[in-house]
Amino acid sequence: MALPGARARGWVRAANVAQRRRLSEDAGGTPSPAPGSQRAALYVHWPYCEKRCSYCNFNKYIPRGVDEAAMRRCLVTEAQTLLRLSGVRRVESVFFGGGTPSLASPRTVAAVLEAVAQATHLPADSEVTLEANPTSAPGSRLAAFRAAGVNRLSIGLQSLDDAELQLLGRTHSAGDALRTLAEARRLFPGRVSVDLLLGLPAQQVGPWLRQLQELLRRCDDHISLYQLTLERGTALFAQVQQGALPAPDPELAAEMYQQGRAVLREAGFRQYEVSNFARNGALSTHNWTYWQCGQYLGVGPGAHGRFIPQGAGGHTREARIQTLEPDNWMKEVMLFGHGTRRRIRLGELELLEEVLAMGLRTDVGLTHQHWQQFEHQLTLWDVFGASEEVKVLLEQCLLLLDHRGLRCSWEGLAVLDSLLPTLLSRLQEAWQQRPSSPVPGG
Amino acid sequence: MWARAGPGWWPGRTLAAWATRSAGLGPPGAFPAAALGPTAEPRAPDRPFSSADRQEKIDMSRFPVENTRNFSIIAHVDHGKSTLADRFLELTGAIDKTKNNKQVLDKLQVERERGITVKAQTASLFYNCEGKQYLLNLIDTPGHVDFSYEVSRSLSACQGVLLVVDANEGIQAQTVANFFLAFEAQLSVIPVINKIDLKNADPERVEKQIEKVFDIPSDECIKISAKLGTNVESVLQAVIKRIPPPKAHRKNSLRALVFDSTYDQYRGVIANVALFDGVVSKGDKIVSAHTQKTYEVNEVGVLNPNEQPAYKLYAGQVGYLIAGMKDVTEAQIGDTLYLHKQPVEPLPGFKSAKPMVFAGVYPIDQSEYNNLKNAIEKLTLNDSSVTVHRDSSLALGAGWRLGFLGLLHMEVFNQRLEQEYNASVILTTPTVPYKAVLSSAKLIKEYREKEITIINPAQFPDKSKVTEYLEPIVLGTIITPDEYTGKIIMLCQGRRAVQKNMMYIDQTRVMLKYLFPLNEIVVDFYDSLKSLSSGYASFDYEDAGYQTAELVKMDILLNGNIVEELVTVVHKDKAYSVGKTICERLKDSLPRQLFEIAIQAAIGSKIIARETVKAYRKNVLAKCYGGDITRKMKLLKRQAEGKKKLRKIGNIEVPKDAFIKVLKTQSDK
Repeated sequence: MALPGARARGWVRAANVAQRRRLSEDAGGTPSPAPGSQRAALYVHWPYCEKRCSYCNFNKYIPRGVDEAAMRRCLVTEAQTLLRLSGVRRVESVFFGGGTPSLASPRTVAAVLEAVAQATHLPADSEVTLEANPTSAPGSRLAAFRAAGVNRLSIGLQSLDDAELQLLGRTHSAGDALRTLAEARRLFPGRVSVDLLLGLPAQQVGPWLRQLQELLRRCDDHISLYQLTLERGTALFAQVQQGALPAPDPELAAEMYQQGRAVLREAGFRQYEVSNFARNGALSTHNWTYWQCGQYLGVGPGAHGRFIPQGAGGHTREARIQTLEPDNWMKEVMLFGHGTRRRIRLGELELLEEVLAMGLRTDVGLTHQHWQQFEHQLTLWDVFGASEEVKVLLEQCLLLLDHRGLRCSWEGLAVLDSLLPTLLSRLQEAWQQRPSSPVPGG
Repeated sequence: MWARAGPGWWPGRTLAAWATRSAGLGPPGAFPAAALGPTAEPRAPDRPFSSADRQEKIDMSRFPVENTRNFSIIAHVDHGKSTLADRFLELTGAIDKTKNNKQVLDKLQVERERGITVKAQTASLFYNCEGKQYLLNLIDTPGHVDFSYEVSRSLSACQGVLLVVDANEGIQAQTVANFFLAFEAQLSVIPVINKIDLKNADPERVEKQIEKVFDIPSDECIKISAKLGTNVESVLQAVIKRIPPPKAHRKNSLRALVFDSTYDQYRGVIANVALFDGVVSKGDKIVSAHTQKTYEVNEVGVLNPNEQPAYKLYAGQVGYLIAGMKDVTEAQIGDTLYLHKQPVEPLPGFKSAKPMVFAGVYPIDQSEYNNLKNAIEKLTLNDSSVTVHRDSSLALGAGWRLGFLGLLHMEVFNQRLEQEYNASVILTTPTVPYKAVLSSAKLIKEYREKEITIINPAQFPDKSKVTEYLEPIVLGTIITPDEYTGKIIMLCQGRRAVQKNMMYIDQTRVMLKYLFPLNEIVVDFYDSLKSLSSGYASFDYEDAGYQTAELVKMDILLNGNIVEELVTVVHKDKAYSVGKTICERLKDSLPRQLFEIAIQAAIGSKIIARETVKAYRKNVLAKCYGGDITRKMKLLKRQAEGKKKLRKIGNIEVPKDAFIKVLKTQSDK
């Protein structure tokens, strides 16, 4: 029996070996050896950024000086605490998000991974993703992150137009981004994702499509296309409000999205989720867990989690939110071992609503088997088969309900948020009318 | 000196406010009134028991008819009417001069904000002049045309008026309207030029205006500053000298005119009466000429300005009377009261208030229906000029169609509902009462009359069954600095108005008279006029009957399906612009759906305006991972919940909000 420390260091080595292994094509389809309640994905939030981006309203802070050692200890402590609380036996993916986690030192990443490997089973081929910003991630640092156990990189490239990058308040240029991308591909071949924004103020369809084409020549096997949402409280929102910038045109954004997804399909990418495209099976397992409503633990300031606190004797899934502000969060972690600020028990219906809303974001949608994992009594046919309103959506070819399950069509996926209210109210209705089950929720 | 709450502030309710404040101060020979707490309902304060039980009564026999004067002050908004009334009360000892009149601010919020008086008020002043004790009854009147019927009934109890004009602003539209009301009632008019202390005051110019417009010699004008008290005493002397005493006889049988009434939850109806003949006292049996019901008088008195019980009221005097009437409708305004078994020829009375503007009133949420119902009932208790019909709308649920005297009256009512009863309401765009002269024998039989009034567009009879349609018209008066004349003429022409008269009332000011279709001014005319004249033009109007009009019924369609709640009756010439506006508003408030929506305005089968709401091509949250599911689910569930409240027109889901945005009065244009 190896000592815990040795076991953890051993994990990093093993992971490096396994790094080139690919996920199966049918992500989420392969049943895992452990039951759902004993598996989880782990999200780690690094709350700091170099600079505020003009469009971002995430939980992030521009620090005057980070006590990284303290931060590291707290991330490790909280990961340990939450893993214990959850009773999770197996962690299948880790995602370092932020903020700008590529600003953290590789040591911190390694410390968290080692703590996870000590506390639970972290298979050597688990997906470990790091969000990286082009400027904060020169080649040597990327290599250090790889050595720390990171095996997948998500690059916040956002645009290949310097003027647009400036508008977004990014610290990098298009050149920086492409250099980082090339370096990342060399270090993490087949496991690099890039983000591209669409629907910026004054952005036109033609030039944007040329950016996408350019990116296709340079990118790896994963692209995320995100439509810009103007969030209250951001500099961009204020500029648009004041009339200094034109409001983004939703019609143009829709056009970019539709043309963009067609271009990516041509290029052999599978649109496996509303905003995510992969080829050669390079889907993100971590994110797939979210859409499949698998369990996940959220570690770090403001992180969200959803899991059954089995280690504490719980039987119901909880939504958990950690304290937002880093200093307060750290104090709480030091005092209590974790900084959980809110715990909300999710009811059975609530969980089903999430299963529905999240699942339909994927191309696979809700398979009958997947649905059955969450609801034993009502089948998808029971819930949606007889509804007139759903029938209209099926007839309009926005939605499909067949032997495989319920899913959006190509057209339907783009307007999912218009379909969901109908589906959710149908689900609520069916839930109220279901034959009363004397069995307590399981 | 009292603080002003801001421009346009006109404490029309001052008298009532005093009533709640002036406890302990009485006229010579009178005793303190019961201490009354400040209250939100000035005319119906909470009284645990009758003040009459605790007070010494005044002997009103000391004031013979020849020592009595009944008068009123009329003025344009903010020309100083209430300040002058205040000085009168101070001069006659009704209120303390040194007292800070802070309680004035406690009166109706709506009146303070809008600078208007909604209800008439009365105060009896006891004034000594050249050794004689006079009784001067000041009958305050509402200052706006909407309430001109209330003005005219107050004036019917008067023999003269003080016409107050601001020395700086000069004659305004309301001054003209009020003057003619007084003139028609054949009252003596005493012009008073106020605010002569102001830096820009030009009383000589105003004198000339008065001479030109009203044909009153300029030497009859009294120049005062009510604020500083300058020359106020000479106004009271003029009241005595220039206004005749009422023609009334104590020896005749009682003949009392009910010119106002209010409701008090403890004592019932309090009727304001002017005695044209005879005497009335507690214990008298009186009869209402209108209902023929008999009552026993419990209490009589004068308003000083708070209720001051008296032994008797005598011919020529003005006061209040409580006689066990349970409902304001029992004290019909304009009714004549006489003694039991001593019937008299009833006084001419008044035309009953005729609603000119109708609007739907609905609770924002149907669960609020009963609260709103109670609030409307309470408010109409003290404002019988509002007509109430139950109504219901597919989109807005159960509600009422209320008839108002005018736009301002409607707004005041709505504001009082909100402020005094905390009721949130949806007020639909006001409409006017159209008429149709029927040609179809069948319809005439059905309605039992040839000429019908159409209050609700749903009742609009088809052209084939109608000889002609009629619309209400008003005669509008606009007074403006001449530099805005051109723009104002354009505005009026755009409103289908016909010019009747145009004259310069001095070197720079023009008075315009136009005949307007009422429908053209009910929505935003006043705001447009004010904004294009930088606030300088004033506007007032009076009822001018009906005229033939080419009216059409306009439907609004969504993908070919008629939206019943948006059916509108409109003048043929305005159909396009009105239709277009409705389509545009709908376009802005209809959420995009999964298919295209055609919004059309149509007259019969002819489409006159169209807007399109494009189908959604993309509607899905871009980033949705573990982080913010809760928020996203909340939003989606709210939408799912909202779907239950949507009204379906064809396959189009229309949220209630969309109707509200289209139907609601839009003041912010």
